[in-house]
Amino acid sequence: MANTLFDKVWDSHVVRQVKDGPDVFFIDRHFIHEVTSPVAFLGLESRGNSVVYPARTFATADHNTPTINQHLPVADPLSANQLDALENNAKKHGITHWGLGDENNGIVHVVGPENGITLPGATIVCGDSHTSTHGAFGAIAFGIGTSEVEMVLSTQCIMQSKPKSMRINVNGKLGLGVTPKDVALYIIAKQTTSGATGYFIEYAGDVFEDMSMEGRMTVCNLSIEMGARGGMIAPDAKTYEYIKGRAQTPKGAAWDKAMKYWDTLYTAKDAEFDVEFTYDASDIEPMITYGTNPGMGMGVTKSIPLAENVEGGVETYRKSLGYMSFNEGDSMIGKEIDFVFLGSCTNGRIEDFRGFCSIVKGRQKAPNVTAWLVPGSHKVVDQIKAEGLDKIITDAGFVLREPGCSACLAMNDDKVPSGKLSVSTSNRNFEGRQGPGSRTLLASPLVAAASAVEGVVTDPRTLLKKQYA
Amino acid sequence: MAYDKFEVLTSTAYPLPIENVDTDQIIPARFLKATERVDFDVNFFRDWRYNQDGTPKPDFPLNKKMHAGSKILVGGRNFGSGSSREHAAWSVYDFGLRCVISSAFADIFKNNCLNVGVLPVQVSAEFADTLFAAIMADPKTEIKVDLPNQTVTLVATGESEFFVINTYKKDNMLNGFDDIDYLKNIENEITEFAKTRPF
Repeated sequence: MANTLFDKVWDSHVVRQVKDGPDVFFIDRHFIHEVTSPVAFLGLESRGNSVVYPARTFATADHNTPTINQHLPVADPLSANQLDALENNAKKHGITHWGLGDENNGIVHVVGPENGITLPGATIVCGDSHTSTHGAFGAIAFGIGTSEVEMVLSTQCIMQSKPKSMRINVNGKLGLGVTPKDVALYIIAKQTTSGATGYFIEYAGDVFEDMSMEGRMTVCNLSIEMGARGGMIAPDAKTYEYIKGRAQTPKGAAWDKAMKYWDTLYTAKDAEFDVEFTYDASDIEPMITYGTNPGMGMGVTKSIPLAENVEGGVETYRKSLGYMSFNEGDSMIGKEIDFVFLGSCTNGRIEDFRGFCSIVKGRQKAPNVTAWLVPGSHKVVDQIKAEGLDKIITDAGFVLREPGCSACLAMNDDKVPSGKLSVSTSNRNFEGRQGPGSRTLLASPLVAAASAVEGVVTDPRTLLKKQYA
Repeated sequence: MAYDKFEVLTSTAYPLPIENVDTDQIIPARFLKATERVDFDVNFFRDWRYNQDGTPKPDFPLNKKMHAGSKILVGGRNFGSGSSREHAAWSVYDFGLRCVISSAFADIFKNNCLNVGVLPVQVSAEFADTLFAAIMADPKTEIKVDLPNQTVTLVATGESEFFVINTYKKDNMLNGFDDIDYLKNIENEITEFAKTRPF
């Protein structure tokens, strides 16, 4: 009997169970972008297949795109080539395509929900690991490889074994300056980067119920960073309010019919999970990472753990700190920084810009800091302007850029130079992630803002307290 | 994407005893700009293999002559975490490897490997340590990966461990088939199913 939210959505999408093998799993929505799709289209065509349900696939340009002068031709010939390939493949196969300059363009995991493509109870895949973002709506959403992109284009299914189930409860109220990003980084630090490998997570408890849809997307986005295939949150009134009336959501009778289905999407009280964890909201501080994976995080006021207190290999741990040029026992507060990046599919939404502005308002960017503020989509840009946040940003000495993945993975020109230290709201602090030799500290928009104005790693609560004093 | 069948592989191995090796290390993002699947071996572990001036780092295992030509890589725990980029699995294959052994793999990387003809073999942490120790002691150490019998064996000592792979994926690897072949065969069933979806 299917009684968890995950079981209900999973089981209703199984076309066929293969004996001693994976399920044939039906995909409702497929997102593609320029980096992981070109080879899939080549494969599709070389086999003589066609795109079976073009209306279920949506294409957007994001990973490679510049964040200035998007009206000009893309200067990097390789990036331009990939963007052309996406556009041509979409056109050829009748797929909706949001290229540079299109009002719907932006990061795939930002524009999907904005356009009402992401729906409760849907199955969603994309050749990008942060597809887990869409779980915020009660969808089963996960990243796939290029072979699987081809599989979905040519059959609308993938072959997938059902993961085990994990529930993570966070109860209580979050403290001053503690954001959804901090909740996620806290959980990852507890779980480590492989703690949820083989599992699909349901997030439950007061903290997620109280959280905005933007915040839920941030949390689900980061599920992959603890190895989980994805994370999801049961849909509620807040979910329906967010999706209602968006371009692609069902309308009229179709909406009513969908609502009947969506109302069944919750975990029964007596449901059992393979594993369950419960955390207390009051234990969570603003977080920061100090190492080269997202699990190496701690409260911003804490000190880097001693190797003897760390689980796992000491050599790997020391290699990581060596790369970062940090020492065991160092405090992060006060470390001089060079770059700040606000953006990405983790924190490039309107709420993240509101948070950033709540701290930089009336203050000035530190002279030693280069800051890239990159909204997740054109719709986020429009909202920033409508709310007057752009004025706060420019008055504080920052510049607002154009949307894209940008310095999260540095496939475009927004690269942190070797050796430089960056506070980033993105999702990965891997070696060289933001450019060869770059060093990344993952943090919330509030920590990023506080550090951007002070020029050193800063606890945002000290600035918030001044503000509220 | 067709690949050569995988049955029994006996080879020396590259040791990489580092935990949480992420796909950004296996192939950095700046090398993902190709629109065709060719020559991903060139940038396999680019930043760990080469200095910034392009000279090889002599201490990195993939650069050591004593391991050259190996078809197996033994990696640390949680191998392949991070991005879904299949380019990472392509670079493993293009470098000439057919098998990666680790005590734990990240899910997406493992799937990607299976889809491109690289066999991910998960062993116990103890057996991984045994393999590392043997390779470090003697780089000529041969490892036999037997897919039909699902065993991995240290040839010199006969120490062996069983590994798990589901029957469907095993058959695919043994025959060089892939999922698209299977799915295309049940296309009518999928079409009927699609009609029942509410949106």
